[in-house]
Amino acid sequence: MTYRNPPTTPRKSATFDDYTLSEIRRAAATGIYDIRGAGAKRKLPHFDDLLFLGASISRYPLEGYRERCDTSVVLGSRHAKKPIELKIPITIAGMSFGSLSGPAKEALGRGATLAGTSTTTGDGGMTEEERGHSKQLVYQYLPSRYGMNLRDLRRADAIEVVVGQGAKPGGGGMLLGQKISDRVAEMRTLPKGIDQRSASRHPDWTGPDDLEIKILELREITDWEKPIYVKVGGARPYYDTALAVKAGADVVVVDGMQGGTAATQEVFIENVGQPTLACIRPAVQALQDLGMHRKVQLIISGGIRNGADVAKALALGVDAVSIGTAALVALGDNDPRWEAEYNELGTTAGAYDDWHEGRDPAGITTQDPELMKRVDPVAAGRRLANYLKVMTLEAQTIARACGKNSLHNLEPEDLVALTIEAAAMAGVPLAGTNWIPGKNGF
Amino acid sequence: MPATKLSKAAASDHASRVFDLDVSSLRELNQALHNLTPGSNETAWEVLHPKGSHSVAVGVDQPVSIDVRGSVGYYCGGMNSGSTIIVHGSAGPGVGENMMSGSITIKGDASQYAGATGKGGLLVIEGNASSRCGISMKGIDIVVHGNIGHMSAFMAQSGNLVVLGDAGDALGDSIYEARLFVRGKVDSLGADCIAKEMRPEHLELLQGLLDRAGVTGVKPSEFKRYGSARTLYNFNIDNADAY
Repeated sequence: MTYRNPPTTPRKSATFDDYTLSEIRRAAATGIYDIRGAGAKRKLPHFDDLLFLGASISRYPLEGYRERCDTSVVLGSRHAKKPIELKIPITIAGMSFGSLSGPAKEALGRGATLAGTSTTTGDGGMTEEERGHSKQLVYQYLPSRYGMNLRDLRRADAIEVVVGQGAKPGGGGMLLGQKISDRVAEMRTLPKGIDQRSASRHPDWTGPDDLEIKILELREITDWEKPIYVKVGGARPYYDTALAVKAGADVVVVDGMQGGTAATQEVFIENVGQPTLACIRPAVQALQDLGMHRKVQLIISGGIRNGADVAKALALGVDAVSIGTAALVALGDNDPRWEAEYNELGTTAGAYDDWHEGRDPAGITTQDPELMKRVDPVAAGRRLANYLKVMTLEAQTIARACGKNSLHNLEPEDLVALTIEAAAMAGVPLAGTNWIPGKNGF
Repeated sequence: MPATKLSKAAASDHASRVFDLDVSSLRELNQALHNLTPGSNETAWEVLHPKGSHSVAVGVDQPVSIDVRGSVGYYCGGMNSGSTIIVHGSAGPGVGENMMSGSITIKGDASQYAGATGKGGLLVIEGNASSRCGISMKGIDIVVHGNIGHMSAFMAQSGNLVVLGDAGDALGDSIYEARLFVRGKVDSLGADCIAKEMRPEHLELLQGLLDRAGVTGVKPSEFKRYGSARTLYNFNIDNADAY
C-alpha cells in the first residue's frame, strides 16, 4: 500500500480574496474602473467603538419620558440675519436631483419638515418638489453650478458652499449618459445621453483667500440674510475647518469617508479620506483654538445611523449631524421587498449600489418614470419622519441617562472607547483606563 | 438706509442715482439695487470710486443701467439678471460669474474666470482677458476685443466665446457644446477641442455677436471656429491617453 500525503484544505488568499479577484476580472473585461454609490463599505473605526458612561453616583441622571431634554439647534448665528432654527440636530444631507428621482426628493422634503429639520439640494439644482415640500432648504453652491440661478439662491434658507465630499475629497462626479433624462439634461444645460462630468473644483476661485471673497459675494447677493455653510470632505479636518472659519463660514460641514455618493470610483470611495470618527475632534479643536466653538456651528456627516451615533457625535463637540444614505434607506431604498429585482441586477437588497445606472428597483436613485412611481412621497416622507424622530428619542434617552437636559450638553467626558484606535481618534479614554492615546505625548 | 449717506445727482440734466463708495458702503449700494422693483423709474445708476471693491452690483435683477467709474475687484456683476453694467476701468477675477441675462461691458482688461458658468446675457471685454475666460460657460455670450489666457472655455457647455485677438494654451479643453470663435492665433487646443468649418449660419451668428458687442471694421470671415470633437462624451478606455 502506497502512502499518500493527506490533502491540504484549499486556502484562498486574504489579499486576493473573492471580491478582489472579481474586481480584477471585471476591470480586465470592461476597461473601466467600478463606479458606484453608497459610500465606503470597508470596516472602519466608527461610533460603535465608543460607549457612554451612564450616571450612577458621580453623575445624576434625568428621568426618561418625564424630564425635558432639549434637542433644538440654531445654525448660522454668526453673520446671517435669518439663522436656521431646527427642532432636532439631524439634517438631511445634499443629494442631487438627477441622482435621485423627483418623488424621492419630495419625500425627503416632506419627512424633514414633519420632523422639524432641513433638507439640502445637490448637484442638479433646486427642484419644485423639494422647495415646495421643505420648510427649510439648504441650497448647495457646487463647482458644477448646474441649474444655479439668482431666483433659487434667494428662495433658499441657507447656502452650502460645497468644497468637498466625504466619499471623494478632491474628486468630481460622473453621471453616466444613460441616466440623463430630458429634464436632467435641461437643468444641467447639457445634451441628453452624454456622461456628465461634475467639476472637482470651483471654476471661479482657488484658495482660501478667494473663498472669503466668494462668501462675501454670496452674502451681498442674498443681503446677508442666509447662513453660509462650507462643506469639506473629511481629509484635513483641522486645517479645512480653520480656513472655512477664516473665510467667514457660519457653519462648517465635515463629511467623513463613510459619507455616501451617487457615482464615484470604488477605489476612490474606499481609499481617500478619513473615517468620520477621526474627523470630529480635529474639527472641534480647530474651532476651540479659534475661540469659535459653538459660535460657528459644526455639522458632521458620514455613516450616521441611529440615536447613539447622534449622541456620540454631539458629545464629541458637533452641533448637528447630517444623514444621506440612512435617509434613502428610510424612504425604502435597498428594501428586501424588491429582492427578486435586485437579484436580476446581480446583487441583493442591502448591497445594491449601482445608483448611477438608473435602474433602482425602489424608484429612488433613478429617472425611470415607471420605477419612480414606486415611491409614494407621502408614505415615504412619513417613514423618514418616523426614523428621524426615533433617532432623536434614542439620543435623548442616552443624554438623560448621562444627566443632560440638552443633547448639546453631552461631552467627551461621557464617553469611553472600546479600542485603542477609537480612543485615539475620538480623544476619549480607553474603557477601564484613564489613557487617551496620543494625549500628553504617549 | 440713512438718506444722508446717499448722494443724488444735483444737476437736473443728470438723472442717474449716484453712489460714491468713498461715502456709501458696498452693502448700501447692493441693497439699494436689490430693493428695486419692476417698473421703477430709477433706471440709471452710477458708482463712483469703486477702487477695486469686490462684489460691486452683484445679484441685480432689474433692467437698469449701472455705470461704474473706475476699476473693480472680484465678481463685479455676479449673477446679473437683466441689468446693463459698464465698468469704465478694469475688472478683477470672476466678473459676470453665473450671469443670467443682461450685459456687462469692461472698458479695460479682465482678470481670471471672466464670465465663469454664465447662463445667459452678454459679457464684453474691450481689453484683454486672463486665463480661464468663459470657464464652464453655460449659455453666456462673451466677446473679448483683445487676447485671452490659457485654459479658456474649459468644460464650456453652451454659449459663444468670441476673441478678436489670440488665445492661450489648452483652449476649450473638455469642451461640450459651446462655440469658440478666435480671430488670432491659438497657442494650443485642449482635449477634445478641434477647429471646425465656418458655415453660413456661423458667419451670421458671429456677425450678430460682433454687432451686439459694438465691434466694427472686423469681418466674421477673419475668424476660425472651434468646438467639441465629441469623442470624450462617453467614457471609453481606449481614450485613456486623453485624460
